[in-house]
Amino acid sequence: MAEDVWILGIHMTKFGKHPDKDVVDLASEAALNALADGGVKMKDMGVLAAGNLMGAAGGIGQQLQKQIGQTGIPVYNVANACATGATALRTVVMAVKAGEADMGLAVGVEKLAGAGLLAGGSRKQDAQTWTPTGRYGAVAAVDGRIGTETMPGVFAQIGVEYGHRYGGTTFELFARISEKNHAHSTLNPLAAYTKRMTLDEIMNDVMIAYPNTRPMCSANCDGAAAAVVVSDSKLKTLSLEQRRRAVKIAASVLTTDPWEEACQVLPNVNTLTRNAATRAYEAAGIGPEDLNLVELHDCFATAELVHYDNLMLCEEGGAVDFFQSGAPWRDGRTPVNVSGGLQSKGHPIAATGIANIWEVCHHLRGEAGDRQIPGAKVGLAHVIGLGSACGVHILEKAAA
Amino acid sequence: MAAQVPLVDYLVLGNEPHLVANECTECGARYFDHRNACASCSGTQFKKVDVATTGTLRTFTIVSFAAPGIPVPFVAGVIDCDGTSVRANVVNVTADPEHVKTGMKVRLTTFPIGSDEAGTEAVGFGFEPAA
Repeated sequence: MAEDVWILGIHMTKFGKHPDKDVVDLASEAALNALADGGVKMKDMGVLAAGNLMGAAGGIGQQLQKQIGQTGIPVYNVANACATGATALRTVVMAVKAGEADMGLAVGVEKLAGAGLLAGGSRKQDAQTWTPTGRYGAVAAVDGRIGTETMPGVFAQIGVEYGHRYGGTTFELFARISEKNHAHSTLNPLAAYTKRMTLDEIMNDVMIAYPNTRPMCSANCDGAAAAVVVSDSKLKTLSLEQRRRAVKIAASVLTTDPWEEACQVLPNVNTLTRNAATRAYEAAGIGPEDLNLVELHDCFATAELVHYDNLMLCEEGGAVDFFQSGAPWRDGRTPVNVSGGLQSKGHPIAATGIANIWEVCHHLRGEAGDRQIPGAKVGLAHVIGLGSACGVHILEKAAA
Repeated sequence: MAAQVPLVDYLVLGNEPHLVANECTECGARYFDHRNACASCSGTQFKKVDVATTGTLRTFTIVSFAAPGIPVPFVAGVIDCDGTSVRANVVNVTADPEHVKTGMKVRLTTFPIGSDEAGTEAVGFGFEPAA
C-alpha cells in the first residue's frame, strides 16, 4: 500500500475583483504563499500541476514557473471543468503516492470577475439556409428551444428533480440554503461577498432560473489557491512545527459519471458524487457522522441540497429534513460551507477545488479565527464539474 | 405549403410528429445524438425506435436570464416519455410555478421557428400540458 500523503502548506488569495492582477500574478501569490506556509521552496518541488480553465490552452503551469522558479520539473496542466483544482491536487497526490516525487505543488487560478453566464451565454444568428449540423443534426441553435444550456437552469432542474422524487422542496427552502451561506461568509475575510442577506432579499432578488435567484448562484470572481503535498517519509524529516501543522489527506478520489438513463439529457451529478464519497469514506476509514465540517460544491442553492444526500450527510431522501434540522449551519451537527460557499465566498473555477481544501485545513489547524469550528479534527471537501468530474478529499488533523 | 425541415434530426415531422432515438441493440440504452458506440455497454449496433409522444414532467426550471435573442421567460424541463427521458421546453403554458408542476402530464407538439432564404420552414418541438 502506498504511503500516506499530507498537505504541508496551503494558501488561498482573497476572492473578489483583482483588476490590477493577471492570472499569473494570482497564481504566483497563491503558490509562493503556499510554499512559505509549508516552509519549503520551489526547488524542493518534484512535480507541479496547475489549472486555469478559461485559459486551458495557455499552459498556466509553465507561465507560473517562469515567474517563480524554472526548476525543470514535470508540469501537468489540467482542465476538468469545476473540478480542475481538485484534479490538480489529485495529480500531485498520485505522483507523490507513486514515488515519483516526495513533494509537489498544485495550483488553481481563475479570473472571472464580471463574467456573465458561462454556458449558453451567447446565441449565434440563425443561418440563412437551414443545414443540419452537429451530433443532433440541428439546423439552428437549440439553447432556449430545446431546454437550456445555462448553468443556473441546469442546476435548478437538478434541485427540482430531487423535490419531485422525495418531496418537501420549495423556492423558500432553496433560498434558506443560500441565506445560510451568505450568513457564514460574514466571518470570512477572504470571501468575495461578506454581506448577510435576509430571506426576503434573496427571494426578491433578480430571478435567473427558477428557483435560483442571483444570490443563489455562485459568484463569478477572481482568485487562486495552491497547496504543497508531501510524502509521509519526507514529512518525518521535517521540523516539529511543519509536522504539527501538516494535514493528512486521508482520501483523494476523482470520479466521472457512470452511464444511467437520462444522464445525457440532464447531467446526473448525484451518482458520481455518491460513488466518490463512498470510496473516500472507505479509504479514510471514517463515516459521514465523523465529519466536523464539509465544504461542498454549492454552485447553486439547488445543488447544495442534493449533495447533502449524495455525500450521505443524511439518509437517502432526507436532505430537506437535514437542512431544516439546522444541521448544516455552523453551529449545527455537520457544518456545511462555513466559508460562505461558492454562492458568497465565490467561485473562481479552477481555484475552487483547492480553496475548499484550504478552508478545511484552516479549521483542522485551529487557525480559522472567528469562524473556527471548535475542535475540528476531520473534514471533507467536494467539487463537481459538469461533464462530469467529481473530486472528494477527506482531510485529518495531524496527531502530533 | 412551404417545405419543412425539423430543428433536429431526431424529430420526425408528418401527420404524427414524434421523436426517434438510437437504441443500442445490445443493452437497450437510448440516445438522441449520432453514436460512435454505446456509453452503457460499448456496443456498436443501433436501431431507430419511436419515442412515446406523451409523458410526465420530471423536472423543470423557468429561465428568466438567457443569451440575447432567446425569449424569456421560458420553461425548460425533462419529460419521462414512458421510460425515455427527453429534454424539451414546456410550451403553451403560463411560465410560472403555479402553472408548471413536476408530475404533470404533457404531450409532444410542434411549431415553426422560422424560415430560411429559400422559404423552407424549420419546425421545432416542445411539450404542452395534456388536459
